[in-house]
Amino acid sequence: MSEAPQINDQYVDMEDVEIRLLLEAIFHIYGYDFRSYSKASIRRRVLHRLNLSGLPSIMEMIDRVMKDRQFFVQLLNDLTVNVTEMYRDPQFYRSFREEVVPLLKTFPFIKIWHAGCSTGEEIYSMAILLEEEGLYDRAMIYATDIDKNVLATAKKGIYSISAIRQYGENYLQAGGKSSLSDYYTCKYEGVIIDQRLRRNILFADHDLATDQVFGEMNVIVCRNVLIYFDRDLQRRVFQLFRDSLDMGGVLCLGTKESLNFSGIVDEFEPVDGKMKIFRRKQVSL
Amino acid sequence: MSHAGIRAVVIGASWGGVNASIKVLSALDSSFPVPLFLAQHQRYESESRLARVLETRTQMRVVAPEDKEPVLPGVIYVSPPGYHMMVDGNATIALSCHWPVHYSRPSIDELFFSAGHVYGGGLLAVLLTGANEDGAEGIRYIHQRGGITIAQDPATAEAPVMPESAIRTGCVDYILPLDEIGPFLREQVSSRRK
Repeated sequence: MSEAPQINDQYVDMEDVEIRLLLEAIFHIYGYDFRSYSKASIRRRVLHRLNLSGLPSIMEMIDRVMKDRQFFVQLLNDLTVNVTEMYRDPQFYRSFREEVVPLLKTFPFIKIWHAGCSTGEEIYSMAILLEEEGLYDRAMIYATDIDKNVLATAKKGIYSISAIRQYGENYLQAGGKSSLSDYYTCKYEGVIIDQRLRRNILFADHDLATDQVFGEMNVIVCRNVLIYFDRDLQRRVFQLFRDSLDMGGVLCLGTKESLNFSGIVDEFEPVDGKMKIFRRKQVSL
Repeated sequence: MSHAGIRAVVIGASWGGVNASIKVLSALDSSFPVPLFLAQHQRYESESRLARVLETRTQMRVVAPEDKEPVLPGVIYVSPPGYHMMVDGNATIALSCHWPVHYSRPSIDELFFSAGHVYGGGLLAVLLTGANEDGAEGIRYIHQRGGITIAQDPATAEAPVMPESAIRTGCVDYILPLDEIGPFLREQVSSRRK
């Protein structure tokens, strides 16, 4: 058997304390609050960055984060996880088109909050869907994210050619009515999304962990964001969503995110339980 | 030799892993006294077909968990396609879509590191057949934390690279042929019921 050094419980406990100190430092210096994120998840991503950085310990990493903004921006990108694609989970968009769009057609004006929009791929997916359904001119999409850097990318709407092929397939599987290429033009090594689609999108930075209600929405889309939060923060955000949503409004989560542990499950009814589309119940007074 | 205090089992598998996991898990039943987590490399789809297949081949309950699912004894948690599955300290499942590790999401290392952190010496880890090196670093970490580590005998593996790279770390306690792994788990874990 090997001579690999033991990592006892005490060492691991110390490491946990160091991670907590790191998150405190980030909060007090940069204002981003990761203190209520899932511990397992944060830990893996902090240790990943530690590994890449070549720094000897988390304590050294804290020192570096406090002094070096560039290093912090890198770590921020690890901590916020910006994995997204156009029409991610095509079945979700198909279901949205079939189950939610008929409802939206009865509304005079549609306010959609996309919380945690990352680099914007899913925002433009929704804009195209609404355009094709003839709803976009009376819709407003509020696209928010904690990270200003990804919002800047989202606003530009420039994506890589290699990714766009997959997106085109997703689009068709999602029930798209023409071809995704109708909505972008190739430019150098990338594609740029049709600027007309930006006309009803409002980008803003918003931190679900610390910021307040975003009023009277008809639809809230927040997919694969809550999985990074611990249960208490999840509950807070679920209440925030409920309070930001009109009666009869629609809440869309990631396919592995559950309302069961949310504290608000009784106030919603499923529209598509598998694709995690829910509707806030009408309460008669 | 019996190991007191096993509190959880993790299994990692890749190429050829579906058949291998069925072989191992069909030897276990619902009296298995601890939770079992399985990370199997698979391509992304919205449903976990693997969980539905396993369900028909083992007496244990099989779950493709949602985020924050509570962890219970006697249940097999199968990492959902497209997500890393981790264990959080308060006995809940934490899912994540962060970058692929060893080109894989789910990744075996991500499961092994998180479970090794939470369960320490109370963890038993099994690495089965596979064609890449995912899981080897996780095995090393679990060993360092005092857990028990098992690699499938590469001679019995459809793809030997994965168990071989784990064995090369020098941190594997037992190298077992595939058909002995299930019975071994049953003995090692079940014998320690209160």
